[in-house]
Order: sequence, then C-alpha cells, then structure tokens
Amino acid sequence: MKDLAPEPTTAQANPPVQPMESNLLPSDVVRVSATSNVPQPERQLTKVAKLIDVSKCIGCKACQAACVEWNDTHPALEENVGVYDNPHDLTPEMFTLMRFTEYENPQTGDFEWLIRKDGCMHCEDPGCLKACPAPGAIVQYSNGIVDFISDNCIGCGYCVQGCPFDIPRIHKTAHVSKKCTLCSDRVAVGQGPACAKACPTECISFGTKEDMIAKAEGRIEDLKSRGYDNAGLYDPQGVGGTHVMYVLHHADQPSLYAGLPDDPQISPLVQGWKGPAKTAGMAVAGLAAAGAVLHGLLARPNEVSEHEEQEAEVLVDQGGRDNDGGQA
Amino acid sequence: MTNSWTDIKNTDLVIIMGGNAAEAHPCGFKWVTEAKHNRGAKLIVVDPRFNRSASVADYYAPIRPGSDIAFLMGVIRWCIENDKVQWDYVRNFTNMSYLVREDFGWQDGMFTGYDEETRNYDQESWEYQIGEDGYVLTDETLQNPRCVWNLLKAHVDVYTPEFVEKVCGTPKERFLKICEMIGECSTPDKTMTSMYALGWTQHSKGAQNIRGMAMLQLLLGNIGVPGGGMNALRGHSNIQGLTDVGLMSNLIPGYLAMPKDSEPDFETYMSTRANAPLRPNQMSYWQNYRKFMVSFMKSMWGDNATAQNGWGYDWLPKLDVAEYDGMRMFDMMSKGEVNVYFCQGFNPILSFPNRGKLTEAFSRLKLLVVMDPLETETAAFWENHGAYNDVDSASIQTEVLELPTTCFAEDEGATVNSGRWLQWHWKGATQPGTAKTDNEIMANIYQRVRKLYEEEGGKVPEPVLNVAWDYADPLHPTAEELAKELNGKALADLTDPADPETVLRPAGQQISGFGELRDDGTTAGACWIYAGCWTEDGNMMGRRDNSDPSGMGVHQNWSFAWPANRRILYNRASCDLDGRPWDPERVLIEWNGERWVGPDVPDIAVTANPREVGPFIMNPEGTSRFFSRRLMRDGPFPTHMEPFESPVANPLNPSMRGNPVARIFERDLADLGTSDEFPLVATSYRLTEHFHYWTKHNVTNAVTQPEFFVEISEELAAEKGIQKGGRVRVWSNRGQVWAKAVVTRRIRPMVCDGKTIHVVGIPIHWGFKGAARKGFGPNTLGPVVGDANISTPEFKAFLVNIEPAEGGAIA
Repeated sequence: MKDLAPEPTTAQANPPVQPMESNLLPSDVVRVSATSNVPQPERQLTKVAKLIDVSKCIGCKACQAACVEWNDTHPALEENVGVYDNPHDLTPEMFTLMRFTEYENPQTGDFEWLIRKDGCMHCEDPGCLKACPAPGAIVQYSNGIVDFISDNCIGCGYCVQGCPFDIPRIHKTAHVSKKCTLCSDRVAVGQGPACAKACPTECISFGTKEDMIAKAEGRIEDLKSRGYDNAGLYDPQGVGGTHVMYVLHHADQPSLYAGLPDDPQISPLVQGWKGPAKTAGMAVAGLAAAGAVLHGLLARPNEVSEHEEQEAEVLVDQGGRDNDGGQA
Repeated sequence: MTNSWTDIKNTDLVIIMGGNAAEAHPCGFKWVTEAKHNRGAKLIVVDPRFNRSASVADYYAPIRPGSDIAFLMGVIRWCIENDKVQWDYVRNFTNMSYLVREDFGWQDGMFTGYDEETRNYDQESWEYQIGEDGYVLTDETLQNPRCVWNLLKAHVDVYTPEFVEKVCGTPKERFLKICEMIGECSTPDKTMTSMYALGWTQHSKGAQNIRGMAMLQLLLGNIGVPGGGMNALRGHSNIQGLTDVGLMSNLIPGYLAMPKDSEPDFETYMSTRANAPLRPNQMSYWQNYRKFMVSFMKSMWGDNATAQNGWGYDWLPKLDVAEYDGMRMFDMMSKGEVNVYFCQGFNPILSFPNRGKLTEAFSRLKLLVVMDPLETETAAFWENHGAYNDVDSASIQTEVLELPTTCFAEDEGATVNSGRWLQWHWKGATQPGTAKTDNEIMANIYQRVRKLYEEEGGKVPEPVLNVAWDYADPLHPTAEELAKELNGKALADLTDPADPETVLRPAGQQISGFGELRDDGTTAGACWIYAGCWTEDGNMMGRRDNSDPSGMGVHQNWSFAWPANRRILYNRASCDLDGRPWDPERVLIEWNGERWVGPDVPDIAVTANPREVGPFIMNPEGTSRFFSRRLMRDGPFPTHMEPFESPVANPLNPSMRGNPVARIFERDLADLGTSDEFPLVATSYRLTEHFHYWTKHNVTNAVTQPEFFVEISEELAAEKGIQKGGRVRVWSNRGQVWAKAVVTRRIRPMVCDGKTIHVVGIPIHWGFKGAARKGFGPNTLGPVVGDANISTPEFKAFLVNIEPAEGGAIA
C-alpha cells in the first residue's frame, strides 16, 4: 500500500521519489459547478497559496516555460508585435504569462518596469465556478485550488464571463475552457507548482496560505524600507481572498500592473445567474447526480483525445505559419 | 570571478555595470535577490537601457555605450575628493606608495612611448623606480609626486561630474547619487560587489573598463573580501573552462604563455619569467612557473620530454604574431590564406562581426568541418535563405562536413562556472543518431593523422608523433582519463627535499595540489590550476555536499574550485595587517598567531606571517596595482577612449580614433562608418528567453521570444516615423538587417556634449535555422575590431542607421 502524499508546503524542496497516492481526493472537493448537493468533506486540507513577489520578478519567463513543459501545452509561435509579452495573451495553451508595463512614477520621477505574472488567481469565491452551467466542469478543493475538469466542460465560455480577472480561454478545437490548475496534479503528490519550482529568484513561492502571508509581510517591510510606502499584499476580499497572491510595490494601485483589477468582484450578472437561470442551465445539462459528477473527477480528463485534437490543429496551422519569418 | 556566485549573498551593495545579470544570468542573479532579501543590500544598475536588472534595482542611471571608463574614473575621483578610501587597505595592500619612473607621463589621452607607425606603446617608462637592492622604491607618506597615489590623483582629475555627464550622458545628479552609494562601502565592514560581463569586454578597451572597476574596488578595500570582488559573469556554459585549459592561440593550459618566435629555446622562454620579488620577504608565486611548464610538457609528451631536449619545448608551436585569434584567422581566410577550418562549438556566422566578410571567408575555404550538436548557420553558410542568407550557393565551392556531437547532457565531464567551480556532471541521456563526443571525434582524427605521418612521413612530424596518448581506448579517451591528466600525477617517487628518505608521493599517484609539481620531470600535470580536482581520494569535482557550516556561502565540499579549492581569491586581504578580519561578522580566514584558519582555503602560505608577506602573491610586489606595470597594452591607468565608431570626438584628444593600440586590419578600417552617415549608437545583448543561438532550436524558448527585434526610444521612433511592432531596416557600413521595432521608454535619448545620442538595442538570438522565426543578429552590422589586449570584438558600441521598412526582408 502506497503512502498518501504529504501536503506540500514549498515548491523548492525536491519531491519524494517513492510512488505515493494522491492526496487530492474526490472527497476533498468542496464546491462543484452547477451542483448544489456536494457532500460535506471528511477533512479540511490546509489552505495553500502561491505568492508572487512582483518586486523580485525579473520577467525571465522560466515560469511560462515550466508551465508549458509540465502541462504539455503547445502555444503557437507568434510574431513580435513590439513588446516583450509572448505569447501576447493567455491562450488555451498558455496558462500563465509575463505582462510588462512601463510606468513613470509621478511621485519619484523614476521610471519603473513593472512585470507581473498573470494567470488564474484561484479565488476563494470563484466566479468561474459560479457561472459554469456544466456539472462538474469546475471544482474547488478544500485547500483552495480551483480546477477545470475538461471531460465535463462544454466549452460554453460562461466561466470567462464569471472571472473577474479575465483568465479562462476557450480552446477553439477542443471546445473546452483552459486555465492554470495551480498544478493540482503536482500538489496532489506533494509537490509545489511547476512555475514556482522553476523560478530562479524565488519571486514565486508556494506553501500554506498562512506561511505565504507571513512571507509577504517580510517582503512588504523590506519594500517599505526602500521607499515603497504603499507596498502591500494583493489578496482581494471582493472574491473572498485568493490562493494566488501578489506582493506589489504599489498595492494602492493594482491596475498599474497590466490592468490587475483594483477591486475585483464577481459580475452581478453571474451572481444573478446563480438563481433560476442556473437551474435551467443545469436542466439543459442533464442535471447529473453529484455521485456521477464526482466519478468524473476520479477519472482525470482524457488527455489523449484532446492532445490529438491539438496536434491536428497544429498541423492545420502549420500551413499558415511555415517558418518563413512571416515574410511571405 | 574573484569571488563566487554564492558569495554575492554577503554583499551590501551590488553594482551591475557592463552586464545585465538578471537578463543573462537569471539563475546566478538569485544571489543578488538573497543579498537584498536577507542583508538589505542595495542594487545599482548602470546601463544604456533600463533592462531586466534595472527593473529590480534600487537605483538606475543611463550611460552612453562605450563611455564606462569616464564614469569609473569619475567615481574614483569623487571617492578621493570625498575621502571615501579604505586607507588601511590601500596603504598596506596596494602599490599606492610606490614610486614610478620620472619619464612616465600622460598627455592628450595618451601615455608616454606611443609609436603611431606600429600602433604600439613602448612600455619602458611604465615601471617603478627600482632601488639598488632590486626592490621598488616607496614613499609611505604619499608626498613624493612620483608615487602612484599622486599620479592617480592627477590622472583622474579631469573626470569631474560635469565631464562624466558630458561624455557619458549620465545626468550629474544620478552620477553623484551613485557615487554616494558606492562611497558608503569604503568602510571596513561594508562591501560592494561588481557584476559585469560582455557589456564591458566587448569594447576596443574592454580590459581597461574592468581595470577601472578593479581600481575602484581596491580604493574601497573590496578585493579579497566576502561580498566584494570583481565578478565576471561568464557568458557561455564552460567558457571559464575554455580559458582555463588554454583554448586560445596565445595560451597553454593554466594561463601559461604560448611560446613566441623570439623564444627559440626553453631557457630563453623562462628568462623573462623569473618574477623575482619586488619587496623584501615577499612570496612571488609565479616563481614556480618552471614547475608548471615542465609538468605541462611532461603531460604533453610523456617519456619523450627530457631535460636534454628542453622537455620537448621545440615541439610546441611558436607564435610569429601576438595571437591567431578569430579576427586574424577570418581575415587570413578572406584573403585565401587558409584551406581547412575546424569549427567546434562555435557559430561564427551569427556570433562574429561583419557577417558579410565571414561568408566571403568561408567561401574561400577548401574544407569546413563543423562539430556541433545542432545544425548551425555556419554549417549552412552556403544555403540561400532569401534575405536571411543571401548567397549564391552555386558559386561556393567549399566542402562542408558536419560531425554531430553530443550536447552537454549526453556526456559526462566537468563544467567550470564563473566562480571557478569545476562541477562534474553525469550523462543524462543517450545521444541521437550518429552523434559522438567531441573527445571521440578528435581522438579519431588524431589517430588517423598520426597514422599518415607514420606511414608517409612529412614536415615536422615530432609534434604529432611525440604526443603521449596513454588512454585505455586510444580512439576514445574518457572524461575521467582527461580529468586525471589535467590534475597531474607523480612520475617518480617524490621525496621530501629536507629528507630524501621520506617519500611524500609514490610514483603513479595523483597529486593533491600544485604545490607537489616539480621542475625536474618527476611530475606531470596538464593544467596546474586544476591540480586537486581528481586526487587519490577520487573525483573532487563530483562532490555534492551543500552544507555550509560558516554560513558564508563557502560550500567547501561542493565540487572543486580552482585554485586549491579556494572560493575567494586574494582572501588574505579580507583581514587587516595583523590578520584580523576587517568585518568580524564575515570571516573567511584569520591569523591565529601561528597559522591562517577559517572556512576558506587561505590565499597565502598557511604559516606566512601577516606582517611579512603581502596578500597579492601572484604579483612580485605582493600588493595589488593601481598602476599596472607593463601588463596592459593600452596604459597603466584606464583613460577614456571612444569606440572606433563613435558619434562624438574624444574630448581628451579629438584626433584619436578608438583605442590607439587596438589592432585593426586594413580592410576592416576601411569598413568603419562615421556618424554623419550612421548617427545612431548600436549595442548588442542577450535576452533571458534564449541562450545564444541554441535555444531558437527549442519550440518553448522560441514561443517566448519568437522573432528578431530591435529596441529604440519613443523619440527616435517618432523622428523616423517608426511604429511599435512595425518593420524596420537597420544598416551599418557593413551590412543590413530587417527587424521588428520594440518602441520603449526603457531607452531614452542621451545628451552628450550638447548632442542628442540615440541608442539602438539589438539582441542576438535569431538566425535562419531552428524553431523560431528567421531573423538576423547584430553581427551582420558589427565592426571587426577588438580589445587591444584580448581582441574581444567591439559589439557593444558601433554605429548604425534605421528607417521604417514596408515590404520587409525580401531578397
């Protein structure tokens, strides 16, 4: 009998080498999209968080590369459009993205290059999950991770509407919504997210939410000593707090950082959707029993068929983006 | 690096100038973030661009490419004027009090002894005054006008903050703020570290840029101390190893000199390398030169090297010029003077200046052999790729052979990092196809050539036939065998000189350090500085104990650092004259009354009395040099020189172009452009997303930076009508490229002497092979002129022009 993997408290440590049982169990799910009767979990996992210290980020994109490698995604080779951001936006194949902002600080007269790693914030109160009409397509574990279950996803895009951070992206050929999973598959076996593991400056760290808040406090103190009087933690309460948090030099103006919402809220439309409309949506989806939904969780998404679709798409795309430097 | 990556965490102030550590060395940069996070260290970045390092810096100042010496001399002047000098250090550990010859001088940006014909200085006058006892004359009171201190003060006098602003384009108040931050590190308990890279070396006066900062660090007492030092961030994986083992035309392993034509026999060669001490009781370590050289030749020729034949000295090549560096080789090649070229781990078609000239040169070869794990542009120089490689393939008759090699992960061996750590790595994957290790390929070629000499004879067969080749499989020397050879071994029983009955090292054993090497042929050692890497205790490079009991980042049992597993060079200077650490909180070594003890290996004889022996034992005076005697071709002090292609004249001497002693070939001189036609200053650099020209072959890297671009200011874009993301043509007097335009506020126009200077930033990562979009590199545009001392091409400051391009790169 294999041991249950420990709950990870860091992304830096090397993973255990012996095979371990997943510690993210169907019974750890606390919320399920379009499902009201989720059984009470038997245990409460420790709340986790990823802390992104923007003041330590050098924009190297190791996190992007690690994300692509771990999740085996295949983002398209785009063009340079006059900025460092590549790909230019989050895509169904690129779950995280460095966003670069050039900022003239009117207080100091200094120029600043603000670099923020964008991606799913893993809200405590996830708008995507609330908006989702497909039973079991979006779940939240008791450790706070919000995960998309592609097998149950119908690609309707309501989650995009529901997200205050504009994160999910709909895969055009696979017809499923995609985003950062906080490496739930790694966390399940005792490891931190791939991006945090790859980050050379420890700008990205991972652990219990409590530890991450404590770590952020130390960083904020350091930043204040360097003249950033408004340094602070971004853990927006409008969505109940998040399991991805930022240390910002200018926490009073989150939107400086490539439009990070100053006060994110779930759209009233989505909040309303929770009522009668949602019931209708669930009816359309067949009102699957909670048991069946959770069974779907146990069987992880069938990556093979999806991957085949992606490859097909790449093949189709290649006709148009032959490696000619875009000169044709 | 004088120090190590892990030591950077001990610093109080990091200055990144002449490099961009966050961008080009992101993993090493973690130690800067450690210092900031745990010690409250500050970070200063001085660079033409507000780069990735600047994005996390505490203070940034712009600087015009190629004006670093003026900036650094300005800081030295400011420190002297404001008494920001670590006096105890400077008085005792530098040559500040030494008297210099009366006939040495400096005028109009030039030192005494210049010969315009030969573009060379006669360095006779660049020397100390030597007393009758053979020792240098000094004036401890620093009153003598000929002492180094007074000469330095006079030399830097011109570099006022106003002069710095005028030459560098750095706003005066920014310059002064940086001076103040640096000045704080002149106390014994505060240190600054200098992190630099090709931003300083790729200039026609690159070595002088580095000397400028080294002198500032001496003034602050920051050499040999934890968290201090001169830290060269090496740009290629194992480029440190390349120079260590002498893969330069003018070096043999361990930084020994390749013999010259003027040194026909071994004794003549040795006669200029006596290195007698210039101060009483001083240890002058290069007095051991003969031991290292004889052991090298014993390693090279084995039993064929004897006392009678000068240890095989005749069989070593003799240079008839200063060096056969890349620039000279490619110049010869372009004139049809080279038939065969082996290109191993090198992609000159993208990395060497004036690509047009290179293509011509390769087209005149009979045979080009390329050894590389990847399909390089150099191997495909003859393929037409439209504007990206616009050649007439049919007219090129060069035969090209590609010999696929393993990449680093497919072979074992040591990689030497910037901190001189020889880190062993193990084979992680099996190579694809018919790829072979470089060792195996070279051994096979060697054995075949040897056979030809044996069977057919030929001119001067000895250097080929007399090589010692004691490998288990002559066609495939292993990394282990080569590492042991580099370490060295006893060829006979080594006995104690004091007691011939005592055998210190039996014949056949690996030696444990270079102290065991001898000059009588009883030891072999291919690279003296590597002695200790593979001893009787095994492979020291493979050690992986990351414990650090002192907390000083020493990690004494992790891999092996040359020399002698010493982590910080000159660490004797981390203590005062009595051997007490300058900072009791940061102890590397200390004198306990009888010996030097501490976490690091002392850089001095372990029982050398601190009051008797100076800390800089590689210099015969035992001190470090503000005034460099004879080693630098372009002067004992750094003096401001403009790049060969510059938008402004040198204010010290308007008639001087570039570095007056840098070598430049006739054709390349003719290929230089001037600022009336090419008013913009171009500078080249790396991006974090890529590693040189390799990672464009990898899809993931290609996705994160897919396409060649240049970076310009909003002001220049407006002036030229260039749109963000639009296509531009950039051209120099040597070639043209097409690129996307990144228009940014991170680059600002600078004002130098009333003239607006625009910078065009050109990253290096694209070519016509691989997974990324086809593009160009700055080498299409760069000039073929290099540093006066080491010939590194002047890629960091040259002239171009730019215009919007409609149709793009259509051939």
